[in-house]
Amino acid sequence: MATVTAEKEIPVARRSRRSGGAGPFVYLAALAVVAVTLGPVLYGALGGFRTNEQLARDPAALPDPWVLGNYTRVVSNPDFWRYALNSTVIAVLTTVIAVLAGVMAAYPLARYQFKLREPLFLVFVLGLLFPAAVAIIPLFILVTRDLDLGNTWWGVALPQAAFALPTTVVILRPFLMALPKELEEAALLDGSSRVGIFWRIALPLSMPGLVTVGVLAFVASWNAYLLPLLLLQGEMRTLPLGVADYSTQYSADTAGVLAFTTIAMIPALMLFLAMQRRIVSGLQGAVKG
Amino acid sequence: MTSPVTAAPEATETGAAVTRRAAARRVTGRPVGGKRRQRLEILLFVTPALALMAVFVVYPVFSAARMSLYRWKGFGPMVDFIGLDNYARVLGDDVFRDAVAHNFIIVFASILVQLPLGLALALLLNRRLRGRGLLRTIIFVPYVLAEVIAGVVWFQLLQPRTGLLETMISAVGLPVPEQGFLGTPELALPTVFVVLTWKYLGLAVLLFLAGLQGVPDELYEAAQLDGASWWQIQRSIAIPLLAPTIRTWCFLSMIGSLQLFDMVWILTGGGPANATTTMATYLISQGSQRSNYGIAGAASVLLFVIGFVMALAYQLLVLRRDTKAEG
Repeated sequence: MATVTAEKEIPVARRSRRSGGAGPFVYLAALAVVAVTLGPVLYGALGGFRTNEQLARDPAALPDPWVLGNYTRVVSNPDFWRYALNSTVIAVLTTVIAVLAGVMAAYPLARYQFKLREPLFLVFVLGLLFPAAVAIIPLFILVTRDLDLGNTWWGVALPQAAFALPTTVVILRPFLMALPKELEEAALLDGSSRVGIFWRIALPLSMPGLVTVGVLAFVASWNAYLLPLLLLQGEMRTLPLGVADYSTQYSADTAGVLAFTTIAMIPALMLFLAMQRRIVSGLQGAVKG
Repeated sequence: MTSPVTAAPEATETGAAVTRRAAARRVTGRPVGGKRRQRLEILLFVTPALALMAVFVVYPVFSAARMSLYRWKGFGPMVDFIGLDNYARVLGDDVFRDAVAHNFIIVFASILVQLPLGLALALLLNRRLRGRGLLRTIIFVPYVLAEVIAGVVWFQLLQPRTGLLETMISAVGLPVPEQGFLGTPELALPTVFVVLTWKYLGLAVLLFLAGLQGVPDELYEAAQLDGASWWQIQRSIAIPLLAPTIRTWCFLSMIGSLQLFDMVWILTGGGPANATTTMATYLISQGSQRSNYGIAGAASVLLFVIGFVMALAYQLLVLRRDTKAEG
């Protein structure tokens, strides 16, 4: 969080004076980095426009001629849309639950004075040290047998939200602490209840922080593999599962696999471009504070 | 992640403002409606989060610990208590011991390779550069993609003979491994590591760049006036001031490397000949594929203990300095 404000405070003119300009070597290095970084992504996207026969003849060539068939086959495949729907619903459920429960928990930890405040916060900090992998097998048994939520959206969203909570609370608490208290104090004097203040004042004021943790929870859920792998089958699968299974099932159809994979990348890339600042500041916040 | 300690003073503006507000709170902010009411409110706010964590985080972890003491195939009640036998079996299993070694190889390789590389790129990008914003976005792209999706693309790139990488290497006249990069036991783990570096370097660069922006310009200017070269400035000003960010990145990288699963599962499934198993792939293949729940439970507990001890040790030995310096 701190960095967000810090970044704004540095005037552009000052920043650009920093330690000199860049020579041709720097641009060359930057170009190499771009090539290595984007190479695999472009290979996937361009490969999707080629036929398997073209790919076999020369893996490094450009599409010649460009073929749309692979992409139209993916887009007209009802399974693809089904996976995309599952991914979306699970990510939305995860985000809503994690953000709502997270901000509710962070609020008293930031604003109330009580004896158990720090120990309670420590519970969430320690939660950061519990990787999902440790709990995964019992979680599978709990969700499928005890809760009867196997192969459902909720069965994946609830545990994912629970595992997203520690990060959410740890990022939101300092954020809530930094909000100006004057408004809340005024409302208190006017006789509002604490719960009312939370809904009408604290929640709207903390929107930027909520968006940040929300985006982090959404991306984590959208990209998740391990939990969906154990819990979801058939038409309940999410996009990552769908991509992985498609690539093993149709391993001979390289062009088809590349097209499927490329289209599956698009939502995450678009979300990233739209929310870049939030994701970046959130990650920096998670590290710095 | 020790962050709450380091974060709080940063997040709240100036110290003076904080004290002033604290004083104001003491006057106006008495709990509305008395102590009992306040307790009720706290309970209301905190219960959903605590309930979720209790059911889906704490209970499963304890349940894994309990499971690890039984021989259980997943059917009927858990009755066949065998004490610590599962731990003896897991610790005696070469596959698990190799898995632990693989995790630690990734931990150290990440720090030895990604840290200097990420640092170099961050210092490079911190200069005046046309298209710097775009460059930053591009470097971060692999991090945003799902590990699985990135893995599937790399799996295609790394196909033996027909894949792009081997064709390019052959075209330059260099030899390629007969079984492919992922199919040769000695090369599989290094190859997985290269893909992981591609995927996660962007995060390191981004965090280091953010840290560099916190370095006051006056320091650079003073050093320049004193006639210091670019490299001298980086070495004696930028990098030392970046130390807390570097230490935190190392911590995150270590925790991530110990939990490694997705990329390995997609690229190699732990093979060839268990050359790339990790603790997480071991426990998944024991638990969900072979229904050896007791063994999987013991491996889970060991994974947790190793991660916890490493985190604690790092905290005490390395990160502690940051908190001390700031507090």
